[in-house]
Order: sequence, then structure tokens, then C-alpha cells
Amino acid sequence: MQLDDLYQEVILDHYRHPRCSGELAEDEALVDEENPLCGDHLKLAAHISDGKLTGVKIQCQGCAICTASASLMAEAVNDQPLADIRKKSEAFLAVLRGERAASEDELGDLVALRGVAEFPLRVKCATLPWHALAAALQRLTAPPAA
Amino acid sequence: MSAKVLDPLKLRADFPAFGRVFEDGRRLIYLDNAATTQKPRDVLKATRRYYEESAGNVHRAVHRLAAEATGLYEEARQKVATFIGAPSPKNIVFTHGATEGINLVAHGWARKFLNASDEVLVTEMEHHSNLIPWQQVTRERGARLLLAPVLEDGTLDREAFRHLLTPRVKLVAMTHASNVLGTINPVAELIREAHVAGACVLVDAAQSAPHLPLNVTELDADFLVFSGHKLLGPTGIGALYAKAELLDAMDPLLTGGEMISRVWDDHATWAEPPQKFEAGTPHIAGAIGLGAAVDYLTRLGHDALRQHEQKLTAYALEKLGALPGLKIFGRAPERLAVVSFALEGVHPHDVAQFCDRDGIAIRAGHLCAQPLLRRLGVPAVSRASFYLYNNRDDVDRLAEGLLAVRKFFHATG
Repeated sequence: MQLDDLYQEVILDHYRHPRCSGELAEDEALVDEENPLCGDHLKLAAHISDGKLTGVKIQCQGCAICTASASLMAEAVNDQPLADIRKKSEAFLAVLRGERAASEDELGDLVALRGVAEFPLRVKCATLPWHALAAALQRLTAPPAA
Repeated sequence: MSAKVLDPLKLRADFPAFGRVFEDGRRLIYLDNAATTQKPRDVLKATRRYYEESAGNVHRAVHRLAAEATGLYEEARQKVATFIGAPSPKNIVFTHGATEGINLVAHGWARKFLNASDEVLVTEMEHHSNLIPWQQVTRERGARLLLAPVLEDGTLDREAFRHLLTPRVKLVAMTHASNVLGTINPVAELIREAHVAGACVLVDAAQSAPHLPLNVTELDADFLVFSGHKLLGPTGIGALYAKAELLDAMDPLLTGGEMISRVWDDHATWAEPPQKFEAGTPHIAGAIGLGAAVDYLTRLGHDALRQHEQKLTAYALEKLGALPGLKIFGRAPERLAVVSFALEGVHPHDVAQFCDRDGIAIRAGHLCAQPLLRRLGVPAVSRASFYLYNNRDDVDRLAEGLLAVRKFFHATG
């Protein structure tokens, strides 16, 4: 495995120009996830409207892999039905865990991150945004407290 | 007589790790010594010999293996005592590392003696291991935890330290040297000031013990901890030094076998220190290995080691400091061979990944010092830390590697 496979052009592009990215105020962010091992830090905001996730916005302070993963994820899930997002998330995480091969049909641009599976110490960099998304979805869909 | 000059290339022959050739044909350039060090053959042999020949338990049976094991284990304690200038091996408690030593003092001493009106003073440059135990115990006792700030150049703010050091401070817990900035704190003076104010002092020597001569008696330290694996020894072994009266007053953290004097149905009395703090079967092989590591360092000589590291540090600061877009954190005049840096536009994680491709092991992250990194205004840094087997060539290779990373991330942008 070469480093060029890990740091593909698509990844570098998303690292340098993260999509759906911007500053998030404390009260705007749904979740605030941190990787305690390396200090990568990510905040995420989104809404649900008509069964779709909309207005995804991410503030990420992390390495190239984490930042690119957040950016690719934002593009992949914005304005998508929740059921599709869950399916995509499961497929992506399974690929990174090395449980199955990556399929471009299933993952779209996210397939650029498949090389991360070969670098076990970096898997958590790529999955941090997806864990943040899962936490956000849970908050958005949880029944309101009585 | 001039101090002997240390030859890193020759010393590498003592370390099997440097003989390793990786699958990609590369050899190890190990620059993560502040995290852990490579092990010389002497240490490996000593631990192996215990397991192969003398694997009895300590302090109990009368058979020959038990006698040998006990002899080797207590001999190691004596070596550690001599290494740090302790008056007696009875002042040395074997722990699993600096972290356990600090926790032992936090739970066995501070928890017992801290009151709600007391304060514990640490510095902003502590490793989490010398911060969290104090957060825990001060919270539990309703006491206050104070952090003495670090100045722009990476040295301790002495004036602020003095200002915080009121008679309310019962304990000063401070690192001898920063694992991020490399700064060596003037512990002898700080201990004097603390004692004048009526405080006890714990010195975290995890970073300094591998590199600097230590003398707890001259320093008049009340407690001092270090880890074996950072000074060529095995993992899972370290030592706590404490003054005899403090060890007597402290409660044990672990209780059970081997730490008792007499046991009745419903109560027991403790053995004398240090056994009082070593419940259960200890890491016998580890302690023996630590003794061998201490022997190795003593043979090498602290003067030669310090001279080598100072030269290498100066070279690394000059070479790395001259790289475009590279910022070095910490410019303390008295420092260890530890250089933390940021490379503009490249996250430390990515820096470390590219270095690893070239066989160069460096560390990236918050280095278990989040409050300090927050103060420095960065979420993570890259760190190269050197030891006796590193040379200028290693620095050059690192510099080349860093140039290549920068080029990769900037050229295609």
C-alpha cells in the first residue's frame, strides 16, 4: 500500500476545500465530537425535513483524512433520505473495518477513502465524522423528552 | 580528564531493534523516545535470564529459585536507589510506571492529608498523568487545584508560581521536564521555594530520569516518580521515591498478599515500606530489567549523554527551524532533546504518516498535554525526541522527510 493510495487527489481536494464547511456557534452544533487520542475535533449541524437530512454543516479541525472524510460525508448525505444515509453509513463503516470490498455503486465518491482500511491507525480519523453524524441523527430523531 | 564522547552508531549495535529491516527495505529511525525507548541487549538478557533460570516468587519461599529471585529483585531496588541518590532502597517502591507512582501519592497521601482549605499546585506543562490524579483528589477533598502558567518561550512563569505558592498549598506536583516543550524546570530552586512556603513536592521525572543525573537527596524532593520503559527498561515497571516519614504516613493503594505484617479475621497490619505498597506478586522480571537499564546508563555516563543530547538538540533546532513553514514550540534555554513543531498547512497526523513511510518514527497528537496545547493554540503537534542512539544523520533524514511532506501537500494545491 502506497501513501498515494491513501492521500488520493480527491482526498487532498476535499481537505483543501472542505464542502458544507464553516464555523458553527455553540448553540448551532448538534454534536461536538473529539478523538481523544489525537485531538481531532468536529462539530456538525443539520435538520430533518420531509424525511431528508438537510442543511448539513460541519466545522472540522483535523488531519487530511478526517477533514476529507467529513467533507465527502457531508456531500454524500445532504438532502438524502434518512434510510439511504443509514445504509450508506453502514456500508462505509464496514469497508473501513475491512469487512467488505468497496463498491463505487454503493459508496459513490466515498470510495476514495477505501485505502484507509489498509492503515488501521487512521481508520478512526475517517470514521469520526460518521460517528458524529450517527449521534446527530439520534438527537434529531429522538422523541422529545416528556 | 575530558568526558568520554558518546558514539551513537556504535551504541546502536547494543539494540536489536536497529538491526531490523522492514518489508520495504527500510531501517528504523527512531525519534519517539519521549514516548518510549528501544531496549539494549543487556536489559533483554537480564529479564530473560530471570524467566529461564530464576523464576521463583519473591520474599516468601525458602527454595533456591525464590532466594535468587528475591536477591535479584532487591538488588534492582538498590540500583534504582543509587541511580537517583536515594538514602536507602527502602525509599524505593516499585510501581508499574510514573502514572502509578503519582496515583499512589494522590490516593495514599493526598487523599488522607488534604483538607478543604488546602491547595495543590501544578504547572501548565504537566502530562495528563500529573494532572488528572490531582483533579480527582482535590475534587474529592474539596481542595483547590492551581496551575502555574507557562511563558511564551516555554519556560515556567516563575513570578506567577511564587505568587500562587501561598501557605495554603500543601503539595506542589511538577514535571522536571516537559514532554512537549523539552523545557527543564529548575526543580532544585522550585523545591526550595515550596519548602519555604511549607509545601511538599512531588517531582515527575518521567522525562528527565532517562537524560539527566538525579539526586533526590540533594534536591530534597519529597516524592519523585519515573518509568522504566523511557530509560531503556521494560514496560510495566517504574519507581516511586518518597522520604521515609512520608512512606510511613501514607496508606497503601492496593492491599492483599505480600504487603501485610499480621492478618486476623477482621483486620490486618501493614508490612514496613516499601513492601507495604507492593501488594501481590510484583513485576519481578521488569524490576530486574530496570536494574540492567540503570547499569547501562550509568556505564555510559550522564556527562557524555548530556553532552551528546545538547549538541544534537542544537543541531535539530537549527536544521528544523530553518525549514520553510515550520514552527517550533518551546525555546527554553535549558531543555531536553525534545522538539515539538507544526508544519504549516499539514496536520501533524499526516506529517507522522509520511515520516513513517520513510521509516522515521515521530509522535503526533496532543501528547497527553491538552491544557498546554490549548495554551499554545494548537489541537495537536508533531514531536521528534532523541536519545543516545540518535545522530545528526537522523535529524537530516527527518528534515528531508518534512520537506517532502510539505511539497506533497502544497505542490498539488
